[in-house]
Amino acid sequence: MEKSIKRYFPVFLGPTFLAFIIGFIVPFIMGLYLSLCDFRAVTDAKFVGLSNFARAFQDAEFLHAFLFTAAFTAVTVVLINVIAFAVAMVLTQNIPGTNIFRTTFFMPNLIGGIVLGYIWQLIFNGVLARYDLALKISAKYGFWGLVIVLCWQQIGYMMIIYIAGLQSIPGDLNEAAQIDGANAWQRLWNVTIPNMMPSITICTFLTLTNGFKLFDQNLSLTAGEPMKQTEGLALNIFNTFYTRVGWQGVGQAKAVVFFILVVGLGLLQLRMTRSKEVQQ
Amino acid sequence: MYYLNFKPEADAAWQELAKAYTAETGVEVKVQTAASGQYEATLMSEIAKTEAPTLFQVNGPVGLKNWRDYCYDLTGSKIAGELSSDDFALMDGGEMPGIAYVIETYGIIVNTKLLGDAGYTLDDIKSFADLKKVAEDITARSGELGFSAFTSAGMDGSSDWRFKTHLANLPIYFEYEADGIGDTEAIKGTYLDNYRAVWDLYINNCTCAPTLLSAKTGDDSVAEFVTEQAVFYQNGTWAYGDVADVGDENLGMLPIYIGVGDEANQGLCTGTENYWCVNKNAAPEDIQATLDFMYWCVTSETGLDYMCSGDEGKMGFVIPFKGNLESTNALVNIANDYVAQGKTSIKWCFPTMPSEEWKNVLGSALTTYAADQTDANWETVRAAFVDNWAKEKANPTV
Amino acid sequence: MKTKRKGWFATAILTIVAVFYVSPLLIVLMNSFKKKAFINLEPFKLPSEKTWIGGENYANAINDYGFLKAVLWTLVITVGSVVVILICTSMFAWFITRVNNRTTRGLYTLCVFSMVVPFQMVMFTLSLVTDRLRLNTPWGLIIIYLGFGAGLAVFMFCGFVKSIPIEIEEAAMIDGCSPLRTFFSVVLPIMKPTYISVGILETMWIWNDFLLPYLTLDLNKFSTISIVIQRMQGSYGRVDMGAIMASLVLAVIPIIIFYLSCQKYIIKGVAAGAVKG
Repeated sequence: MEKSIKRYFPVFLGPTFLAFIIGFIVPFIMGLYLSLCDFRAVTDAKFVGLSNFARAFQDAEFLHAFLFTAAFTAVTVVLINVIAFAVAMVLTQNIPGTNIFRTTFFMPNLIGGIVLGYIWQLIFNGVLARYDLALKISAKYGFWGLVIVLCWQQIGYMMIIYIAGLQSIPGDLNEAAQIDGANAWQRLWNVTIPNMMPSITICTFLTLTNGFKLFDQNLSLTAGEPMKQTEGLALNIFNTFYTRVGWQGVGQAKAVVFFILVVGLGLLQLRMTRSKEVQQ
Repeated sequence: MYYLNFKPEADAAWQELAKAYTAETGVEVKVQTAASGQYEATLMSEIAKTEAPTLFQVNGPVGLKNWRDYCYDLTGSKIAGELSSDDFALMDGGEMPGIAYVIETYGIIVNTKLLGDAGYTLDDIKSFADLKKVAEDITARSGELGFSAFTSAGMDGSSDWRFKTHLANLPIYFEYEADGIGDTEAIKGTYLDNYRAVWDLYINNCTCAPTLLSAKTGDDSVAEFVTEQAVFYQNGTWAYGDVADVGDENLGMLPIYIGVGDEANQGLCTGTENYWCVNKNAAPEDIQATLDFMYWCVTSETGLDYMCSGDEGKMGFVIPFKGNLESTNALVNIANDYVAQGKTSIKWCFPTMPSEEWKNVLGSALTTYAADQTDANWETVRAAFVDNWAKEKANPTV
Repeated sequence: MKTKRKGWFATAILTIVAVFYVSPLLIVLMNSFKKKAFINLEPFKLPSEKTWIGGENYANAINDYGFLKAVLWTLVITVGSVVVILICTSMFAWFITRVNNRTTRGLYTLCVFSMVVPFQMVMFTLSLVTDRLRLNTPWGLIIIYLGFGAGLAVFMFCGFVKSIPIEIEEAAMIDGCSPLRTFFSVVLPIMKPTYISVGILETMWIWNDFLLPYLTLDLNKFSTISIVIQRMQGSYGRVDMGAIMASLVLAVIPIIIFYLSCQKYIIKGVAAGAVKG
């Protein structure tokens, strides 16, 4: 059978592969190369070695963006997962109205980052104006504003995954533990959570990468104001690229660093949670 | 041909003008306008495209440095022959890469009727001290008068250039004058205290709390001015269309006094940061089409009408070409009066500002300071003004 | 009895939370009927006689900012891309799972790799490639989305194909079906749930995407919902809060209709996609 399928490879592989080359492989390789060049439009690219990377690491704003993103990601990963898990626990207890709540909490997830940002900008500025304040005057407001927006958007999504996970735990496991005299807290830690590790892995991974790659919400809610204090990595790279003449190569170098960071973090995180799964 | 326009307020007029040109000559003209503060970014991404702009603009020598390689030499072109003075050509190494196409003036636009209601006339304000006295008096009595001194100094992206660029021009101009220079690698910030004083005046005597300014837009300022909530509105001749509702007889303009130099003879700020450049890399026939279009704009009846008329939907420009029409723009006429009275116009020095980045950082610093007016925050403004100037000027460009 | 009371207690609390959850959307809806000058001033007040403007903000959004056209192009790009992605990547995934050699394993790794690459890495070069190849139209964007979105889809389809017993396909082939027929008449129907999952995930991504279309589309001719809303912030030298509010409402309505009508599939799709992923 394999042989007869093989002859059909142009039909099966052709379109996707071609698009993949255009949409990913060529831009990716060009991107790697351009990170080593000085350029404005690609036609005038000059090879300059690693100097773009040197400039990127000397850029205090880039460092600040990294710290901002790291702090932001840490906070949102914890908040989103804990809240989503708790809500999922409640929504699997057969309480009245479960379906409506599930529908409601999931909904913001379908709204795009740009739209979300402007919706919340109105809300935050409206609330802050009562105290004669505004969203863009302090990094503190911007940071927590972004945290709220991301939580609002993603808790529902993670909740759905946790609900699916909870529903797949065999009911008799909990019953057995109950008969053995374990209280609710002990059952949570010793039965539910170990059995939920696959879901927790997925959700942590998703929230981690979403936090790191945050762009649309960042652009629309704070645009980095004030003084680039709320500029995340992705936005910093975009701004380096498109608002600073002569910095294109540095922007591309930053993008390479960003790429390595995201891949590295993903691998590390996957390994850590997976090993825990085996242990338990 | 494809024109990447810099001036958002003239976007609609350009679109109309392009249509009129197509109707008359059959030549397709595409006009796109970059978002406020995004011109360089847009140009950067557009110029790399296959259908790159054939006509774009730079803000002066500093902007030219970045785009020099893309500029067609306009020496001897028909449009160059139409310039009313050679001063309006942007020269570089014997070539003419750019041509100014609009002369503009800004200052403090005044609603003279409201000023009268407060018990003053324009003649009462001849210096920064006078301006401060009047503004603070209006603020003190704003409850009773029902209006404030200044419109909100909105620091939203649609309005912050009025302060990070136009207002910042004054300390730079006076420093250049004092030092007898026209550009510098390292600004000293001699008159920063005056900049602070005028900024303090703006933000503490306006329609809202200074902490709210970051969210205020250009639209808000205009609305406040035309609905008679404020007397003073810093902007220029290009804003005539927005403020015309107040009525020509109620419009006045004041120089932006900051308490430096010969205030008695200080005029408005006049100059240009709009130079047309033709993309050298375009196809020869597109270059020709572009040159024809430019020539038509400043010589034909339709073109001149769109460019010079102050009517609704027209640009209301003063253009540095022989065909310039008598203006129906009341602000332009006020500006002409200042010149006729022999006042010294303040030159536009902001085209020598190091980069967009420099302006953006300064704007953010001003916003932060407005929200919390401490010396520490002013130090941030100073650093953004002085230290960042040297840093951005030293930036390697390709 | 005791548990039941507890249940109602939880319901009461969650109801309050749910009201807070939807309130931002309601506030935007409410403000979309106010005059633009009043939106920033008093966002939480109901429209009064003084502030009410009716449908004018909506008319402005549609007439001045070309909002309906943007909705249309967003729809074209999303539907086109999702259909193409589903067909092409499922074929791709089936092929590389059934034909097991070094090349196909390499392709699989490449796809997984592309999933984690952040868009910023390729944004500039991708915009260049699309421009040079004249793919800067909604139709061209479909190809770009197929290329850039292939990773996740291939990954999910591969996971599912592995679980299909190969015997069914073999039986079909022995009956004389070509691989193409086998795929479309035997494999495709079995994979229906995965199609729905992948389709929903890709739809959510493409409909809401901002940066990719912003950098690759020819903005003189086309735009998408996200692009129009972003451009309303100052691109015209002014910020029309009224039109923005109306656009936000118009942007959210199709999503809510889509969501409420295929809610069951969406929630299942997300759960299934996550478990596989």
